[in-house]
Amino acid sequence: MSAHHHNENDFLFKYIFSTDHKMISKQFLITGFTMGFIGLVMSTLFRLQLGWPGESFEIVELLMGSWQEGGVMAPDKYLALVTMHGTIMVFFLLTAGLSGTFSNLLIPLQIGARDMASGFLNMLSYWFFFVSSVIMLISLFVEGGAASAGWTIYPPLSALPEAIPGSGAGMTLWLVSMAIFIVSSLLGSLNYIVTILNLRTKGMSMTRLPLTIWAFLITAIIGVLSFPVLLSAALLLVMDRSFGTSFYLSDIYIGGQVLDHTGGSPILFEHLFWFLGHPEVYIVLLPALGITSEIVSTMSRKPIFGYRAMIGSMMAIGFLSFIVWGHHMFLTGMNPFLGAVFTFTTLLIAIPSAVKVFNYLTTLWKGNIKFSPAMLFSVGLVSTFITGGVTGLVLGNSALDINVHDTYFVIGHFHIVMGLSAIFGMFAGVYHWFPKLFGRMMNNKLGNLHFWTTIVCAYGVFFPMHFLGLAGVPRRYYTNSEFPMFDNMVDINEFISTFAVLALFAQLVFMFNFIYSAFRGPRAPQNPWEGTTLEWTTPVEHFHGNWYGDIPEVHRWPYDYSKVDANGDYVGGKDFIPQTTPLGEGEKDGGH
Amino acid sequence: MMTIIVIVAVLLVVVTGVQLLKIAELRAKSKGENIYDVKEKDGKMQGLLLFLFLFAYMGYFAWQMCEWGPRVLPVSASEHGVGIDFLMDLTFWIITPVFILTHVVLLWFCYKYAYSSKRKAFFFSHSNKLELIWTVVPSLALTVLILMGLNNWNTIMDPIPAETDHVLIEMTGQQFTWTARYAGEDKKLGRSHVTLIEGANATGVDAKDEFSKDDKLVKGEFHLPVNVPVQFVFRSIDIIHSAYFPHFRAQMNCVPGVSTQFNFVPTKTTAEMRKITGNDEFNYVLLCNKICGAAHYNMQMDIIVESQEDYDKWLAEQKTFGE
Repeated sequence: MSAHHHNENDFLFKYIFSTDHKMISKQFLITGFTMGFIGLVMSTLFRLQLGWPGESFEIVELLMGSWQEGGVMAPDKYLALVTMHGTIMVFFLLTAGLSGTFSNLLIPLQIGARDMASGFLNMLSYWFFFVSSVIMLISLFVEGGAASAGWTIYPPLSALPEAIPGSGAGMTLWLVSMAIFIVSSLLGSLNYIVTILNLRTKGMSMTRLPLTIWAFLITAIIGVLSFPVLLSAALLLVMDRSFGTSFYLSDIYIGGQVLDHTGGSPILFEHLFWFLGHPEVYIVLLPALGITSEIVSTMSRKPIFGYRAMIGSMMAIGFLSFIVWGHHMFLTGMNPFLGAVFTFTTLLIAIPSAVKVFNYLTTLWKGNIKFSPAMLFSVGLVSTFITGGVTGLVLGNSALDINVHDTYFVIGHFHIVMGLSAIFGMFAGVYHWFPKLFGRMMNNKLGNLHFWTTIVCAYGVFFPMHFLGLAGVPRRYYTNSEFPMFDNMVDINEFISTFAVLALFAQLVFMFNFIYSAFRGPRAPQNPWEGTTLEWTTPVEHFHGNWYGDIPEVHRWPYDYSKVDANGDYVGGKDFIPQTTPLGEGEKDGGH
Repeated sequence: MMTIIVIVAVLLVVVTGVQLLKIAELRAKSKGENIYDVKEKDGKMQGLLLFLFLFAYMGYFAWQMCEWGPRVLPVSASEHGVGIDFLMDLTFWIITPVFILTHVVLLWFCYKYAYSSKRKAFFFSHSNKLELIWTVVPSLALTVLILMGLNNWNTIMDPIPAETDHVLIEMTGQQFTWTARYAGEDKKLGRSHVTLIEGANATGVDAKDEFSKDDKLVKGEFHLPVNVPVQFVFRSIDIIHSAYFPHFRAQMNCVPGVSTQFNFVPTKTTAEMRKITGNDEFNYVLLCNKICGAAHYNMQMDIIVESQEDYDKWLAEQKTFGE
């Protein structure tokens, strides 16, 4: 191991500059959740404004300090909060927090490796992420406030401080933070890919990999191919902002004068941004789907249905995600023929997505389902994936998009299908692998309470947004009170905001359970959920290297649950057969 | 003072929680159980709750449809909007049953197959036939939606043929107002550019261009004749805006440095729409739908659709750029 010359028991190298993937996983988890909580609080603050516009709130004054004297949010600060909420949730919680935690934890453990291919790069990946998180948070405190151009930071709004104060120092720090974030993401992703391809233990063929690993692999490949494009988009924006180039700017009159920039096009930025932006949706979603596949199978005591179809559909989704970005830009004035092409490719994604849903349902059919909190959240994910997924057929269709584009219909759609699904997958993963992360168990009753309050609040917040959207309410409006046509939306907005506040409190239950269990929870047995995969063959206590003796050899696929012989008895006497158990005589491997 | 009370209250809740958890663990231990095991009874309970959630969720959906469904936009006030509304309805008729049925199956299974030590799960790992079915059926439904969508899209995006009688309007967005410029008698818009912005000429119309002379600039409210195609040309002089006409099912971005367009035929006058909505104060409105700065939420312009005569009368009252 690369850190062998340090004493790994030193506090500094055990907890801070650790190269052990399990420690790095915990670092990602805790940093990600911290950022996520900040993002959640931001959303609650701006929901207060939307629910009760113009009212003064002590909590707003307390948290936003001199930004908001009197506790009434100003329009530009509202936009700053919206922007930071989006950025933090999409990138810091659901990209780094989710992939960083579970790819790091599970890849070596489930493929049978002692660590990542490069522990050192892995450590760097975390520390770049940490630095980028810190810079993003610092950007809240600079002159003019944080970036306020929406998380999509379209120029010219993001390029010109004259247009909005947040496009000054706040935007500069946003770009610096994201550039560092992308470095972190690339180091992580490259490591994941190399590790999965090269460090599998004996017998672990690609078709014996758990679906989690397939999901992480495809996610990492998507990340490596798309994040650099965002980096270049960001660099060109830095050039435009600071060095007088005109990649994105042209024909602009602002602040009483005509700018020198000519010949650029903001549409170029949109193309570059969404070339990452859309695959990003699947970078967020696929790990959650992989985690759910694993949990649904384990807790239903049944093999996942259609293992190969699940891999195939993830590959199809991964591939298609690169050729649909234009559906975010139907109304930018691009050639209508291009709009037609993007409609076609976009709607195709519904097919592999539908296959995944039906395969989940069939996995549950005739199962013997144990409802741990992880399983509840997995069921929740299937529900949100359906609920949010079907409205994709509206938005992906360019003709229909004309009237719901940039309305609350979009907000409802993507928060449910991407936000909720991904965070449900992340919660499910935390509950399920908590014994691997901390050697202790979380409390089930609190977990159940967390699930029920969260799903009720989640649908309370996001379902009504479809109606707002169909009534034509645009997103990113500081208040809906300026248009008589939106006057009858007041109670819907109050309804949403009430559930948003409750949702925040529901997460405190999780926070308490998490912190208590990490320190005081009951000690975990080696294999609490009776799983088949390799991580449950490692000892409960953590040490660098994962297995004391040799790395175990793999003899079968990971989904031999409730396999019976001709007499109807369980093969091996139990309702699960670990991957390390050799195939019996005449026994065929796997479900293929 | 309030802060201190809140902090103390939170601490008390946390301490109580910790103690309760400890008691629960000790009780489980004294019975020789592991507190983290999912007991059969508890699991069944969760399965039942999920099943009940099905009714709660579907009831909630139905309640919203009744309560908030009537608040969505009224019937389309444009020709092409009728096609969009039809396709929208068709899509909802397809996705709503899918949404309901998959939830019924999902949550029913959760109840029916909740863990029992007396049962064995069914080892069922794949079936080509089933997988083929649920690949092909969605594909067929999608084919219909895609074909209808594309057909609709292409019709909407077709420019108005030059020989067809139409109104030509340039709509300029800037922080945080709209300016409409009618092409005037010559039916041609004069040149405009940001470098020409000066004083009252806030959108930079070229005074030297012959075509500019009879152009008419309007702010605050603009009028359209009913049943006559309107060709909009959009521009922005600062940052990206989006011209959104929700009642006409029309929207297009306004991009600095790029000229974009959209056309539609208004089919209902403001008076007619007031009758349909039963709202005497109803007005068509143009709003900005792309984040454009602090006052983005209030960048609007009223639209009046009226008969050709009323429209001609209104237009005649407007001053030309030359004047």
